[in-house]
Amino acid sequence: MKPALPPLATRRRSLKLLTCPLNGSRNISEFTYGGEYHTTVNHLTTSARDWAEHVFFHDNAAGLVTEWWCHTASSFWFLAERNTITDEVVRTFKADKIYTQRIDFGTINPESQS
Amino acid sequence: MPFGLLKYGLSRTYPAKHHFTPSKDLKRHYDVVIIGGGGHGAAIAYNLAKYHGITKVAILEKGYLGGGNTARNTAVIRSNYLTEAGVKFYSESVRLFNNLSNEFNYNVMMENRGQLTLAHSDAAIRSFRWRAEVNQHMGVRSELVDRQTISELVPNLNMSEDSRFPILAGLWHADGATARHDAVAWGYAKGACDRGVELHQLTEVEDIEITSGRVTAVKTNRGRVECGCVVQAVAGASSIVAKKAGIPLPIHCYPLQAMVTQPYKPILTPHVSSPQVHVYVHQTSRGEFVIGGGSDPYPLYNTRATLDQRETLSAAAMELFPFLAQARLLRQWAGTTDMTPDYSPIMGLSPVENYYLDAGWGTWGFKATPICGVTMAELVATKKVPDIIKPFELERFYRFEQINEAGATAASH
Repeated sequence: MKPALPPLATRRRSLKLLTCPLNGSRNISEFTYGGEYHTTVNHLTTSARDWAEHVFFHDNAAGLVTEWWCHTASSFWFLAERNTITDEVVRTFKADKIYTQRIDFGTINPESQS
Repeated sequence: MPFGLLKYGLSRTYPAKHHFTPSKDLKRHYDVVIIGGGGHGAAIAYNLAKYHGITKVAILEKGYLGGGNTARNTAVIRSNYLTEAGVKFYSESVRLFNNLSNEFNYNVMMENRGQLTLAHSDAAIRSFRWRAEVNQHMGVRSELVDRQTISELVPNLNMSEDSRFPILAGLWHADGATARHDAVAWGYAKGACDRGVELHQLTEVEDIEITSGRVTAVKTNRGRVECGCVVQAVAGASSIVAKKAGIPLPIHCYPLQAMVTQPYKPILTPHVSSPQVHVYVHQTSRGEFVIGGGSDPYPLYNTRATLDQRETLSAAAMELFPFLAQARLLRQWAGTTDMTPDYSPIMGLSPVENYYLDAGWGTWGFKATPICGVTMAELVATKKVPDIIKPFELERFYRFEQINEAGATAASH
């Protein structure tokens, strides 16, 4: 299935509608911004410094960015490509376009901690 | 009398004085290059020139002096924050603000009108008590007040118990004030330029040259400039400029919208803020009601005004002051806020040795202008981080030592 593209008329105007890959075009007030898309670092192997950078620091780019959005009413998380200067959404797509397999975050064994 | 004035005006004995550097070519080298000609950049240059004798300074401004977020903020001055580091920092700034007109011999129209923050819930009252205790301990005039006192402070505030969020109590901050934001930038820039600092407007930094961990030069649209060190003071574009120096920052840029009504007779003295209904209102000395504090719900580098925010801000302002329903709006605008994870600024050293950061000014930049000028100039001149800004260094995020001021900030994000 082709990724859902919002109608051209919507893309040209400032962002008031957003196309949810699950629910279609909806008012922007139905959505919650979820932060920049970036690859997840492994918290078991990464240093505290890299973890801090992962948690707090942002690219904050001016231009085309990929970011997480959530359709609040249905709790559906998806990704959007948006221009942060013109406020135009280029496309929205389901997360399985990027995440093709399950990510195992791993767990810390509580016994080895003590 | 009119002829006398005309004679004075045309006389060669009294030539018209330029406030700022007339436009001229960039020099090949400056000891200090300040990127950003807003209130902060001008304040740093002023303090370098006046108190540290460093005058080979250039302020490089992409647009015009004070034309960025210095012109877009709502000019609130206060120090009733929550953390010890925050209160110490902002209260010193308020103290400097009170003497600023004398310092410049230039009127910044400082008005000590007080600031009232409203509590509409028990949780808010608890946090206000906490803030009042911290504030008083640090010598800041700040106290929890009841409904009776609120009615006396602001007689035309809607105290009805039938409203959506009835007012339960308030945090009264007698040190709260306002000043003319343009005059602050102009006063600093004039004082700096009088002492030999060069202000270069329409000069955009396009690239920053770094050799073995040190800044050596900046490339601008008007040529290359070598420099002893660089201070970046570009609220709203901090990530973009820092990226040219290879420095990542924990910042997201959100537009913050505000609007202003036509002028009316003076009827509102203090600044009134409600974190619950997300609005703050004050009446300027010109009589306009400034209605502020609407943050867009997602990051954006765009200062457009939206109908959504106008509706939300109007509804909230009318809940506090029902008579504002009759007021006509003059204009609505947005500024770009550098939001940090802990709602505190990022000041001081950076990973690049002679590159100093003055960033992350979210919604608290204007009120910090004087203290920022003093401390950043001291840092540049002595290479030592002043104690008062030590807690705000970029490194704090790597040590997980945030300075949480999220609750003490008027606008929500």
